[in-house]
Amino acid sequence: MKIAAAAGGGLFLGFNWTNSNALPVVVDAKSIAAGSIHFNAYLSIGIDNIITIVSPNPEIGQGIKTAFPMVVAEELDADWKLVKTVQGNLDTTIFERQVTGGSGAVPHSWERLRNAGATARHLLIEAAASTWKVPAAECSTENGNVLHKTSGKSLTYGQLAEAASKLEAPKEVKLKSEKDFKLIGQSVRNVDNLDIATGKPLFGLDFYREGMLFALIQRPKAFGLKLKSVNADAAKAMPGIVDVVTFENSVAVVGKSTWQVKKAKDALKIEYEKGAELESTADHNRIFTQLMDNGEATVRRKNGDAEAAFKGAAKVIKAEYQCPFLPHSPLEPMNFFAHVREDGVELVGPTQTPDRARTEVAKLTGIAPEKITVEITRQGGGFGRRLAADFVLEAAHVSKLVKAPVKVIWTREDDMTGGIYRPAVRYRFEAALDKNGEMIGYKLRGVGINSGNPTREDNFPSGSVDNLLIDSVEHKSPITTGPWRAPITNFLAFAEQSFLDEVAEAAGKDPVAFRLALLEKAKKSPAGEVKYDVDRMIGVIKMAAEKSNWGKKKGVFQGFSVYFSHRSYVAQVGEVTMEKGKPVLKNVIAAVDCGIVINKSGSLQQVRGGVVDGVGHAMYGNMTFKDGAPDQTNFNGFRLIRMSEIPEVDVHFVDNGISPTGLGEPALPPAGGAVANAFYKATKQRLRNQPFINEDAFKGIS
Amino acid sequence: MALFKLSINNRSYDADVEQDTPLLWVLRDNLGLVGTKYGCGIAQCGACTVHLDGKAVRSCVLPVSAVGKGKVTTIEGLSEKGDHPVQKAWDEVDVAQCGYCQAGQIMTAAALLKEKPKPTDQEIVTTMSGNLCRCGTYHRIREAVKVAASKSNQ
Repeated sequence: MKIAAAAGGGLFLGFNWTNSNALPVVVDAKSIAAGSIHFNAYLSIGIDNIITIVSPNPEIGQGIKTAFPMVVAEELDADWKLVKTVQGNLDTTIFERQVTGGSGAVPHSWERLRNAGATARHLLIEAAASTWKVPAAECSTENGNVLHKTSGKSLTYGQLAEAASKLEAPKEVKLKSEKDFKLIGQSVRNVDNLDIATGKPLFGLDFYREGMLFALIQRPKAFGLKLKSVNADAAKAMPGIVDVVTFENSVAVVGKSTWQVKKAKDALKIEYEKGAELESTADHNRIFTQLMDNGEATVRRKNGDAEAAFKGAAKVIKAEYQCPFLPHSPLEPMNFFAHVREDGVELVGPTQTPDRARTEVAKLTGIAPEKITVEITRQGGGFGRRLAADFVLEAAHVSKLVKAPVKVIWTREDDMTGGIYRPAVRYRFEAALDKNGEMIGYKLRGVGINSGNPTREDNFPSGSVDNLLIDSVEHKSPITTGPWRAPITNFLAFAEQSFLDEVAEAAGKDPVAFRLALLEKAKKSPAGEVKYDVDRMIGVIKMAAEKSNWGKKKGVFQGFSVYFSHRSYVAQVGEVTMEKGKPVLKNVIAAVDCGIVINKSGSLQQVRGGVVDGVGHAMYGNMTFKDGAPDQTNFNGFRLIRMSEIPEVDVHFVDNGISPTGLGEPALPPAGGAVANAFYKATKQRLRNQPFINEDAFKGIS
Repeated sequence: MALFKLSINNRSYDADVEQDTPLLWVLRDNLGLVGTKYGCGIAQCGACTVHLDGKAVRSCVLPVSAVGKGKVTTIEGLSEKGDHPVQKAWDEVDVAQCGYCQAGQIMTAAALLKEKPKPTDQEIVTTMSGNLCRCGTYHRIREAVKVAASKSNQ
């Protein structure tokens, strides 16, 4: 912005991203610098050739702030070195789906971004053609210039911006052929690298404002407790403390610095009373067993007659798998800034759902949404935790009560014990084989604690088994849950892919050949609807088998896993070797079909990071409860994977030209299965529960 | 409250805070140096790593009263223009995903290379395993430390 303004009242060519026929808008640079313009969804070209692209979706480490502008710049034929990226604030009048979740931002915006860039390019060519009085068809673009090759003339986009901004935008514009992509598919470095490496204030927790107060909140220490009484006398008398306020079951200590507030919070005397069951992990284990056999199940999918198939089976395989609750543990804990005034609300901070944050604050304060602004900061991870708006509401509550700008900060202990966890789930899988080893029946029951539907009933192997029954049972608990990176599939994929490994073994078949045969069956004679792309799944299976040299490595124990989630397909091979009699996870080979890869560097790391996340939580992630209170409160009790514990991760992308289909989550679900199946090959011991380190098979090994 | 005179990034700062205040919160709340991050508050994650007399320390558990005349370097002062070999390597290798832990990772790596300009792979892994990265950028952190080690010796 500053650069543009320094260029001296330059003109901007703006484009609305939400319309496919992007509308040009002429904007005075001075008014942009003054912040008085009424829109911010634009791509602008300054007369100094600087191209500014607004990225509206929250950046939590998935690389959207780099990938989005790349797509616009590609169609625009911009010089990437002259592109500046700006994080957009919440504006539902011009942006759609300003959400980071479901690995959905790129699939949603792909066409829109391309159209925005292509429309601008079209207008710049028109402006040049008219200046030179030559047909537009004779002009081409390259690296931020329009060229007329016959005459050797050229003009920069900056020189053409003003004239182009006065032309009418075409309703339809031709997009590049994918084979002509120059920027898309390259490795482009994170646009915020320098700011990150020099410690610039980028994150929500880094937001400070003159006169801002700090708030820490004491929430009930166990799920099921409610607030009875508060004695805040000692806390209020401590240095730097401005006020102690109570709302719902929370007590907020408000003061002038984080440390002063933290000490005062520890001095609160609070009494709680029981408001619901105080559940322990032992209760959950008992509940799982009871509901698995006697729970009232909701049928999710039914094909053929599973009972009959099992009765007539030559062999039946049955196994149960269980996972614990997990906190998200983003390294930047929850926090948010709010300033509730009589005439409006200012919200600043890390949220994956700025629109939800605004809507809920509007409900709480009675202030109309259009009078509430949301500034989106860079976010120190999200993993689904910032899809909720509880921490934003807390900031609004406190600001409203103390009538001052307030930043609510969660300590790590607050973040880990504050709820909204990955739900704990137990699965029972059953498979019926005929005398030829064909899977003729398949049953899955999922029992979840606040999990909603813990199955993904239309995923593979559904469609490939004639007689199938998938159902689920829910237990309602005071322990709060929510989406956790690759919701449900983060554990279901491991359980299902491990079980299929058990079935393949019982059938006397190679795990890869077994899966391929099922997919061929889903293709040729599908059992019911098939809601995944069989060919794409086969594609990644074959690629992973080929790249890992499946079944042909001496002294290496390989395990296979493949999963479809968030529109993308990922197959993984885990490799374990025996060192001094102990199994060691050495490698994970991943084959990924996410359609067109926009940023090679970002995408490669997204897959590696997803595998590390998947392996780490499968190995170590464990949250247990005693009388409603989490046993793990910080990283000394809750173990996250560290550098010394990672396998090498070898990543391969399928090149099929399909429009992008999501990558923030799909690499995580298959990781646990690839590891557990390799571990089984090496040790003949099945890992059926997470975390793996607590399994008997692992005792004495790690 | 007490007045502490601190030497940070070759500048002198005054901070009027309680003596048990961790250096981390003095940097962030009182001095506006927010590059040093809060992650756990109990020296488990390394996000708050700064240098005290050239050695990597966890500022979240270092009371300001214990800093004394020690020279503190934060990520903001590691280099004047963001061109310390470790910072440059972090860009070259394109390490960061969310970026929140990276200031602490960079400070840990810079202290390691100061002490051991040519660390072995094992020394890199052992040292860097003290810092958590929730996004899982460990492969690139490891690579970037090697790149920095190779460049700073040229």
